[in-house]
Amino acid sequence: MVVDNLMQWFESWTLWEAGSPLLFLIVVVIAGVPIFLLMAVNALVAVYAELKISAFMQDRVGPMGQGPGLHAGKWGLLQTVADALKLLLKEDIIPTLADRKLFIIAPFIIFVTPFIALAALPFNQNLLIADLNIGVFYILAVGSISVIGIIMAGWSSNNKWSLYGAMRSAAQIVSYEIPVALSIVSVIMLTGTLSMQGIISYQDGTTLGILPNWILFNNPFSFIAFFIFFISGVAEVNRTPFDIPEAESELVAGFHTEYSGMRWAFFFLSEYANMLIISGVAAVAFLGGWHSPIPGFLESPGWSLFWFISKVGMLIFIMMWFRWTFPRLRVDQLMNICWKVLLPLALLNIFGVGLWGLFVA
Amino acid sequence: MSEFLFWFMTAMTIGSALIVVLHSNLFYSALALVVTLFGVAGFYVFLWADFLAGVQVLIYIGGILILILFGIMLTNKISSVNISHSNFHQSIAAVIVLGIFSILGWMILRTPWLLIVQQEPEQTVGKIGRLLMTEYLLPFEVASVLLLTALIGAAMLSRKAN
Repeated sequence: MVVDNLMQWFESWTLWEAGSPLLFLIVVVIAGVPIFLLMAVNALVAVYAELKISAFMQDRVGPMGQGPGLHAGKWGLLQTVADALKLLLKEDIIPTLADRKLFIIAPFIIFVTPFIALAALPFNQNLLIADLNIGVFYILAVGSISVIGIIMAGWSSNNKWSLYGAMRSAAQIVSYEIPVALSIVSVIMLTGTLSMQGIISYQDGTTLGILPNWILFNNPFSFIAFFIFFISGVAEVNRTPFDIPEAESELVAGFHTEYSGMRWAFFFLSEYANMLIISGVAAVAFLGGWHSPIPGFLESPGWSLFWFISKVGMLIFIMMWFRWTFPRLRVDQLMNICWKVLLPLALLNIFGVGLWGLFVA
Repeated sequence: MSEFLFWFMTAMTIGSALIVVLHSNLFYSALALVVTLFGVAGFYVFLWADFLAGVQVLIYIGGILILILFGIMLTNKISSVNISHSNFHQSIAAVIVLGIFSILGWMILRTPWLLIVQQEPEQTVGKIGRLLMTEYLLPFEVASVLLLTALIGAAMLSRKAN
């Protein structure tokens, strides 16, 4: 969408011939900068929210500065800015016995995957870098690359904590990809399209009289599919209660034990960006994307953006809520939940959605 | 633009494939295979097979390659960085490889390739699904039975005898 429009706009200037490489490069860069800014702002806001939410859940006040200077602003609002500055200034340490090349590349690979996945996430009717025919599938496929970065980071650190963290992460992500994909399949069976905008436009209107026609409310099976998707999604982004790849109390910090400064910040940025993507896909696939919760009410592009961001923000808040209320699972429990609970449920769900579509709808 | 991208992708695919074969460190070979598979996914995009490109990334990079990396880390001494492999019988291998290469090259050059009009299809997913469920149902089911057999076999082998 954005890329196509920019392309046409630039071509109308007639400075360049249509489809010239330079023009393509310029358009891609212009479309990419907002994604980068989005990732950075998302991390800044989410880290502050995480600090405050964790504090309130544990009956603390969290960061509370009183003014400018060294006090991190009113209510600690400048806390994450100070954190970011600290990370920029920190010494960059590469262990002597680490595999230098892979150690340097790994954070970038982990950072690039959410970056390219965000290109297919629609924020409202028009705000979407590219509306791909295979939208949802593209995001799922690209998301699976980040685990290669995690394995690279863990292995190249030459540290047993890192290596164990990377191996746990590989096993976890490969396993939880399956329920994620299968629960999305039950959505695709209803919509008949993989395109993100197509899935959203299917959810226009009302159902059961008052409820919005979201896939969540479409039938009992798609209702269950949302929870399968969200639980597996939390596991895929390595958040508590599924954070065994970086379990602090067992593995120091898992695969990023040896990283510091900016390189560590890349892991951090991409963790929050991954949360954004999982929440975004959940909002698009089950919660009506940028549609208003009251059908037909306040659906201009500006409000659509607001609805989408509120839905995503709500889901991110729930993830943080999980983190500060649930204890961490053991490795065997994690695998049991995936293979013995979520996977059979997801398969039954596909069957159920099919039957529902044939006999009830 | 697309021509430049095509040649870039070709160079990337072949170059990384050479690294897979020639690098002495098994871990690096596996990581170079990621780039090779990514390049192949890029070729699918050039052929307007967008779904196939997604499958390539999801299954080969996200699944199989990660299991390969996992296997490398599990089979060797876990804490040693020096996972290396060496190539034996290089002269015999060279003869076989050259033979296969020349047969393939001869075949590619001799085949009368069908050239279709360059036209972007509306969507590929629906058509692939319809063909799998109608014309190619039997091969599809045979493949799934084969995978199921492999799955059961793996479970049997990894099970401790009691």
